[in-house]
Amino acid sequence: MKTKKLTFDYKYGFSVKSKNVFTAEKGLSEEKVRMISQMKGEPKWMLEKRLQAYNFFLKEKMPEWGADLSSINFDAITYFIRSTNSQVNSWDDLPAEIKDTYDRIGVPEAEKKFLSGVSAQYESEVVYEKVQEVLVKQGVIFCDMDTALKKYPKIVREYFGTLIPYSDNKFAALNTSVWSGGSFVYIPKGVKVMLPLQAYFRMNAQAFGQFERTLIIAEEGSSVHYIEGCTAPIYARDSLHSAVVEIFVKTGAKVRYTTVQNWSKNVYNLVTKRARADKNATMEWIDCNLGSQITMKYPAVYLMGEGARGEVLSIAFAGEGQHQDAGAKMIHFAPNTTSRIVSKSISKEGGRTSYRGLVQVMPGALNSSVFVSCDALLLDEVSRSDTYPTMRIKNNESTIQHEATVEKIGEEKLFYLMTRGLSKIDAETAFVNGFIEPVVKEIPLEYSVELNRLIRLEMEGSIG
Amino acid sequence: MLSLNHIQVTAGGKRIIHDFSHLFERGKIYAIMGPNGSGKSTLVQTIIGNPLYSLSAQSSLTFNTKKLNKLSPDKRAQLGIGVTFQSPLSLSGISVFQLLRLALKDTDVIKLYDDIEKIARELKIKKELLERPLNEGASGGERKKLEVLQMAILNPSVIFFDEIDTGVDVDSLKTIFSFLKKYRKDKTYIFITHYSKIFSYLTPDETLVMKEGRLVKKGGAELISTIEKMGYEAF
Repeated sequence: MKTKKLTFDYKYGFSVKSKNVFTAEKGLSEEKVRMISQMKGEPKWMLEKRLQAYNFFLKEKMPEWGADLSSINFDAITYFIRSTNSQVNSWDDLPAEIKDTYDRIGVPEAEKKFLSGVSAQYESEVVYEKVQEVLVKQGVIFCDMDTALKKYPKIVREYFGTLIPYSDNKFAALNTSVWSGGSFVYIPKGVKVMLPLQAYFRMNAQAFGQFERTLIIAEEGSSVHYIEGCTAPIYARDSLHSAVVEIFVKTGAKVRYTTVQNWSKNVYNLVTKRARADKNATMEWIDCNLGSQITMKYPAVYLMGEGARGEVLSIAFAGEGQHQDAGAKMIHFAPNTTSRIVSKSISKEGGRTSYRGLVQVMPGALNSSVFVSCDALLLDEVSRSDTYPTMRIKNNESTIQHEATVEKIGEEKLFYLMTRGLSKIDAETAFVNGFIEPVVKEIPLEYSVELNRLIRLEMEGSIG
Repeated sequence: MLSLNHIQVTAGGKRIIHDFSHLFERGKIYAIMGPNGSGKSTLVQTIIGNPLYSLSAQSSLTFNTKKLNKLSPDKRAQLGIGVTFQSPLSLSGISVFQLLRLALKDTDVIKLYDDIEKIARELKIKKELLERPLNEGASGGERKKLEVLQMAILNPSVIFFDEIDTGVDVDSLKTIFSFLKKYRKDKTYIFITHYSKIFSYLTPDETLVMKEGRLVKKGGAELISTIEKMGYEAF
């Protein structure tokens, strides 16, 4: 399989010559849903799922909680795939602030072009092939969802929509009806994938899709670390992003899913992410939300098997005009299960962060252990932070611990740092980095370095 | 070097220091003593730029002819004025390694780490205290040692030691002062203290006595034994 041939056009261009189909058309209809499915050449069952989901989407109310979604106009949004990978047609069309940030955080030239979608493919094709070589040897499957549906329809059908059915919420329904792209990861029994799998390496679809659908299956005793997103800001013309991620962690397996989200500040990022952990399985979500205008995201773990462990470590940073409504959901179904939620949020210049968490311990989940810690840092008087923790504990034999703190950067501590010669901005940045350190140390080094630099830029106020 | 002329300091609307003048010269050792509330710490805080303290317009504070009045604390530190705090705070998430790296951005990182470790050994600071967030789980004495370590790395030409002896045990005090003596070169040391013990290690060139926000007496090292014997009533 030559990766060079796997361009976007190849996948979709084989049956439809006319470019007209690909022009941006606003609004959604049953006809358009059918067209998406037809263009992709999908099996009937997938089309049916899309249509059922679409009908549900039409009927279902908007959520009455969370961030303010009132300005979403579904008719004004484009749901179609673009004819090229490009989010912009040339480097010059990219907003200045984004280009500037790429420079300031040191993104290499080739990567800049890829991230902005100007270049159709990330230029390290050699790396991609090498990665695939290693994975194929282990029996690991890692490709985009569209390809997975074609090549491995049985597996996809077995799992798709079983953890997050379209009826889960309006945006899961939307995603199910118009999804395109996303990752498919399958790890066979006992295989431990040492190399973190990154969405970059998929290469043959839009780098960052609007309605991505991801499915990860880790068989018994396997382990994998998946990373999505990136610290560099991603400019998106389309303002509604609604992804769905379903993860199945079987007995004794371990999955870590790290997200660093930095969508441009016009985006509404509404994501449904859920994992199912079986006996003695471990699921870890590392979730960093820096960009987008509004984020609603609550990575969840359903602890189904005895001894299962779930963890969510999250960072949310909200600057002017942003609302990060993020948190976690842990449901203990089985005994001797453990959950841990650590949330660090930072608000500045009127930004708003909300921690929204649900921990539920079912009657049969005896001897469960729960730890929740949500810390908020307010950098000035106009910013806001809220906490909405819900705990539903239905047995008396579990240990529950919840801590919450709110702080501002201590003047004393800032002064101390300055007497060591640090400028006010360096001192504030050091403080913020120190605040998020417990979560950042779990993120791969390259990301955490960029993350630290990004925080510094935010503190300088140079990102729009 | 560090020149104070008619310094008047207010905090929270209250006048704390009334008309303090003195010239601190290069390479000398000074002792500033006085009863509690005499304004010793306030003087230090004012010099290093603590925003809680305001200098009157007539106050003249210069360092090597550079006027300090409007300079921010970091600029003063960069000029070469250092301080070891009386009660050093702990900083969550920032280790002394990270702090010094940020303070000395252009330095060779590996050399910096080596230097920090070397000084930590000399000051007998436990290695894990270097890696943990600054002062987390550190005793009073250990915190003071970490202050001294920072000064050794940053190497300012003037260092104010604000009650370096309080909360420090006998052996630690000896370790600290052997170190300070060994690496002094021509730095100016200014010790704010209540007790004379530290001066058995280093003899001051000049002693200043403060009382109720004023400089009430200046003298040589012999002033210290006078204070020991007769307290501050005599001034």
